[in-house]
Amino acid sequence: MQKSLHIDPNKCTGCLQCEMACAWENYRTFTIAKSRIKVFSFHHEGRFVPYTCTQCDEAWCMTACPVDAIQLDPVTGAKIVLEPTCVGCKVCTIACPFGTINYVAQTGKVQKCDLCDGAPACAKACPTAAITYVDADWTGLDKMRQWAGKTDTNPATV
Amino acid sequence: MRHLIIGSGPAGVIAAETLRKADPAAEITMLCGEGEPPYSRMAIPYLLRGNIEEAGTHLRKGADHYQRLRIELVQARAQSVDTASRTVSLGPGKSLPYDRLLIATGSRPSLERLPGIDLPGVRSCWTLDDARAILAKARPGTRIVQMGAGFVGCIIMEGLLSRGVDLTILVRSGYMVRRMMNPTASGLLRRWCEAKGVKILTHTQPQGITLEGGVLQVALPDGRTLPADIYLSAVGVDPNLEFLAGSGIELGQGVLVDAAMQSSMPGVYAAGDVAEATDCLTGKRQLNAIQPNAVDQGRIAALNMAGRPARFKGSLVFNVLTTLGLVSSSFGEWQGIPGGESTELLDEARYRYLNLQFDGDRLVGANSVGFSDHVGALRGLIEGRVRLGVWKQRLMEDPTQIMQAFLAAAYSVA
Amino acid sequence: MAWTKNVLRVNLETGSCTTEPLNMEWAQDYLGQRGLATKYLVSETDPKVDPFSPKNKMIFVTGPLTGTMAATGGRYSVVTKGPLTGAIACSNSGGYFGAELKFAGWDMVIFEGASAKPVYLLITDGKAELLDASHLWGKTVWETEATIKKYHQDPQIRVAAIGRAGENRVLYAAIVNDLHRAAGRSGVGAVMGSKNLKAVAVRGTRTDAYHLADPEAFFAATEAGKKVLAANGVTGQGLPTYGTQVLMNVINELGALPTRNHRDIQFEGAMAIGGEAMHEKRPTDGKANLITNGACFGCTIACGRISRMDPGHFSIKDKPQYKGASGGVEYEAAWALGAANGVSDLEALTYANFLCNEDGFDPISFGATVGAAMELYELGLLTKEEIGFELPFGSTEGMVRLAELTAVGEGFGKVIGLGSKRLCTKYGRPDLSMTVKSQEFPAYDGRGLQGMGLAYATSNRGACHLRGYMVSPEVLGIPMKMEPQATEGKPAMLKAFQDLTAVVDSSGLCLFTTFAWGLSDIQPQIQAACEGDWSEERLLLVGERIWNMEREYNLGAGLTGKDDNLPPRLMKEPAKTGPQKGAVSKLDIMLPEYYQVRGWTPEGVPTAETRMRLGV
Ligand SMILES: Cc1cc2nc3c(=O)[nH]c(=O)nc-3n(C[C@H](O)[C@H](O)[C@H](O)COP(=O)(O)OP(=O)(O)OC[C@H]3O[C@@H](n4cnc5c(N)ncnc54)[C@H](O)[C@@H]3O)c2cc1C
Ligand code: SF4
Ligand code: SF4
Ligand code: SF4
Repeated sequence: MQKSLHIDPNKCTGCLQCEMACAWENYRTFTIAKSRIKVFSFHHEGRFVPYTCTQCDEAWCMTACPVDAIQLDPVTGAKIVLEPTCVGCKVCTIACPFGTINYVAQTGKVQKCDLCDGAPACAKACPTAAITYVDADWTGLDKMRQWAGKTDTNPATV
Repeated sequence: MRHLIIGSGPAGVIAAETLRKADPAAEITMLCGEGEPPYSRMAIPYLLRGNIEEAGTHLRKGADHYQRLRIELVQARAQSVDTASRTVSLGPGKSLPYDRLLIATGSRPSLERLPGIDLPGVRSCWTLDDARAILAKARPGTRIVQMGAGFVGCIIMEGLLSRGVDLTILVRSGYMVRRMMNPTASGLLRRWCEAKGVKILTHTQPQGITLEGGVLQVALPDGRTLPADIYLSAVGVDPNLEFLAGSGIELGQGVLVDAAMQSSMPGVYAAGDVAEATDCLTGKRQLNAIQPNAVDQGRIAALNMAGRPARFKGSLVFNVLTTLGLVSSSFGEWQGIPGGESTELLDEARYRYLNLQFDGDRLVGANSVGFSDHVGALRGLIEGRVRLGVWKQRLMEDPTQIMQAFLAAAYSVA
Repeated sequence: MAWTKNVLRVNLETGSCTTEPLNMEWAQDYLGQRGLATKYLVSETDPKVDPFSPKNKMIFVTGPLTGTMAATGGRYSVVTKGPLTGAIACSNSGGYFGAELKFAGWDMVIFEGASAKPVYLLITDGKAELLDASHLWGKTVWETEATIKKYHQDPQIRVAAIGRAGENRVLYAAIVNDLHRAAGRSGVGAVMGSKNLKAVAVRGTRTDAYHLADPEAFFAATEAGKKVLAANGVTGQGLPTYGTQVLMNVINELGALPTRNHRDIQFEGAMAIGGEAMHEKRPTDGKANLITNGACFGCTIACGRISRMDPGHFSIKDKPQYKGASGGVEYEAAWALGAANGVSDLEALTYANFLCNEDGFDPISFGATVGAAMELYELGLLTKEEIGFELPFGSTEGMVRLAELTAVGEGFGKVIGLGSKRLCTKYGRPDLSMTVKSQEFPAYDGRGLQGMGLAYATSNRGACHLRGYMVSPEVLGIPMKMEPQATEGKPAMLKAFQDLTAVVDSSGLCLFTTFAWGLSDIQPQIQAACEGDWSEERLLLVGERIWNMEREYNLGAGLTGKDDNLPPRLMKEPAKTGPQKGAVSKLDIMLPEYYQVRGWTPEGVPTAETRMRLGV
């Protein structure tokens, strides 16, 4: 069974170790602007919600790419950006309705989570087990709902 | 089952690949109308800039990709469609039969009605062939007069300037990219371009072009003439429909399709620039000539062709544009709707702008300049018709909170 | 390495922002952050300078481990001459601001001069610009941060700002970053206000800002460090669950919780305002004050309290801006706003704490000053007419009202904003000011804990628990148990703590790690990040050098050994209750010995030999 990142915002403290780990894993820097996972802070609710690509089945980013620069990793199921091929047109960044593939001005390319070849650095770095890498049969939108059900950030539902 | 796809742009290619996945036994044939391997027009600006070679524009990179998927590529143009006999004519004596047909012929540049528009040196920037011609001619100092500052007109500027050309842009209206940007955003873009040395003449409709001593002379309404080595015409696009005349397929501005991407004729589908589908916000039929729309529609059409019912949620007009390095985006009803509310932030000195448009507590449109983080969530919010609840007011107060609003509202409210 | 090696120098008078290379020789001698910035301050300014004069400089500074994956590697400090104390001021803060400054490519920002009109500094990577802040002047920290982020359309910008307290030069005004993290003490926010600098906003996206000397060793060392923190009872469980508030009941039971301006040493209301109380469901709305714990950048402890008030509480009835979650009370704040003035309404403390964050002032000094005002009121030296309302000990309304007035600089809040020393002097009883070098005590009584008394008296920035945390040995038994009333060995222990603390404060790490970490845990992390030899021995020497440099600065500023004192109450009035009943401070026994172990003369001046040994 393919694994996926499982995120439990209730456990997150907002320490950003995951963001640094991601930036380091992929770009050998701690500068979190380079992280593919982002911890969103809901100050009013006192909550932190880590969020990254769910490797959704629809893979809007991948199909929208005009130059075939996003490819499916058959082992992990990750949709991976091939940087040398990417022309930086950004069409994937608006095609993905989750906002999880982003343009990086310095490189002129886009970046998204690639599941670290099956050994996610963010999950390893998280001190609270808010991010884990687990077997999961739910994908895409269901994954989103799984997370979001726990985010408890909408006062309408509180 | 014989599937025939007319057109090998992104809509056609995604459709062919989806068909193969959904129907392993089917016969799939795809017509390429330009004598080129399937390629993406969107990549042309990067070819002009020299970021990629021609092969970099090809939609799929593996040499045997289509062969491996048993997608037969045929270099030919469809001349007409006979829906009674289910055949497509490729010219005298040549035709192909089909069980299911996909029209994915895309669009082409609109023709300006202008004396001299057929002179050599007048070009569009739409096909690989156009790109080759421009590349052959554009040298440092080459004078290019470009008519039109729409989406494509803007996106190719960087490639042109990178060749060192002397660029003058003529704009009929007062605004650049007026089909996707409001005046504020458009004004920022203009200032940006001018700061980078592009001459922009607004409210300028050329009167005619003549060729004098090997140099084009573009007559302006104020009596002046601009000398040009290339006149680039970029005033909009029209769908490629002519060959469908008399086919009985119902046409509006494009091929009219239902939610299954099927035309009025059973078994005949359309997708991409050529299709006129329902807009997800207005419910009206309209063309939507953008790449993500082409691939979404191509996928839905193919699933239906393979007998797997799939519904198109309706098209959303949205786009991201880089003009000489300045990123901007446009979503849905960016001009707002009657009775709707809006909010905006502007930092003129740093070329940053964000404008959101609401219908009640739903987001219906957006414009941004210089703001690119997580913009995809705007699509999610708009297309998903997400009720924002308390986040509506929070976005009104601080529109940069789109990702928070998305996370909180899109998935917590079941 | 680990340093960006870049200093940003901002001249507020001329508006110029220039880059200069970091003095790497100094970096080798002073490491970073507290030590390094103090070296710059000492070298560039006259210690006699009026803190509010444009000639005073103010330095925002990071450490070499700031912005790294080392646990708690996110700290920055603000170093300047403090207006409350007239001594060196060095206030340390967490949150995300420090790391962002590093990612933008800067080790420190030196502000000099004063601007003619309100400005804020916007740093985007290598680019720094001073922008008009007239629209922000008069705004709170919270409004300022929101406005800046919005205007530049970048939610990722980190902001450190002053509120109205800093503008009004409340002598203990703080600089608040990330809404509720503060460079809190000694009035650094007032210095910022005097310079007409409203905020510093940073966005850092550089990937080449700095490099680790030995990445492999760095990960080995930091991962080992994280394991130690996780396994330790204090850093792994106590702090995440209760925050520093874990201490409230412990210190109270021990009889070292200063109460009602140190009249008492135990507070009957401690249970109601401590860490456990924050977890309890309120009878009013069935919800707990505490929502969750939050971390600063890179912190794997996560001691931060995030609270939401009872929406029906009298203090916030019609004030929606306080009904959301925000930074809750830490131990020192809960003590100062509560026990120090006899108030035991947790919601009121939370509200006052929100105000401290919102308008940028130090809850310790504020709360302690209120306690002093209450005593003056009870003695009849301060009247209802002068204050505008009654102010007996235990008056929740009074404390809340004063917080509101101090935040905006109105009414009696103006006097409270001067701090306890100036307040008590004004009303003829300077002896009632519970301060050292005019800075208010934090939450431990120097009679109950003898070592803490000595730590207060000798702290270079006035009374402070974060310069040599003798609570560790005296209460928690770290690194060894010392009896609260014993004096033996304490001067030497304090010196060791002070020197180690100076190292930690110069590294980018949080002092709280030292509940679990010893120097042997920290040293390999610094060594792996920084070029050069950073043996334990050398680090301790760096710490001692920093301490002595600060001391020299204070001596230069006109302070003497006579200022290493405690208020008469602590020296003469015996503790009334509890295990420490009858105790007074034995400072007179410990201080001479302390000078000796420091290598100072009996007058408290570093000897020539000490100076030479340390190279100051
Ligand atoms: C320079 C440039 C930049 C662009 N940038 C962007 C961008 O950044 N983002 C974006 O969303 N969109 C962009 N577009 C638009 C985008 O390229 C189109 O929306 C997209 O290509 C539409 O795909 P399609 O498959 O529907 O049509 P096309 O890509 O136009 O493909 C149609 C295919 O059908 C063929 N054809 C036409 N008629 C016949 C016939 N009778 N018989 C056989 N074959 C035929 C054509 O030769 C072509 O191969 C850009 C376009 C250009 C020109
Ligand atoms: S980036 Fe977005 S579209 Fe692409 S796989 Fe991830 S969630 Fe799906
Ligand atoms: S799995 Fe890897 S690439 Fe993906 S978010 Fe985590 S660290 Fe980043
Ligand atoms: S590492 Fe874990 S606790 Fe820290 S911010 Fe990331 S998800 Fe939250």
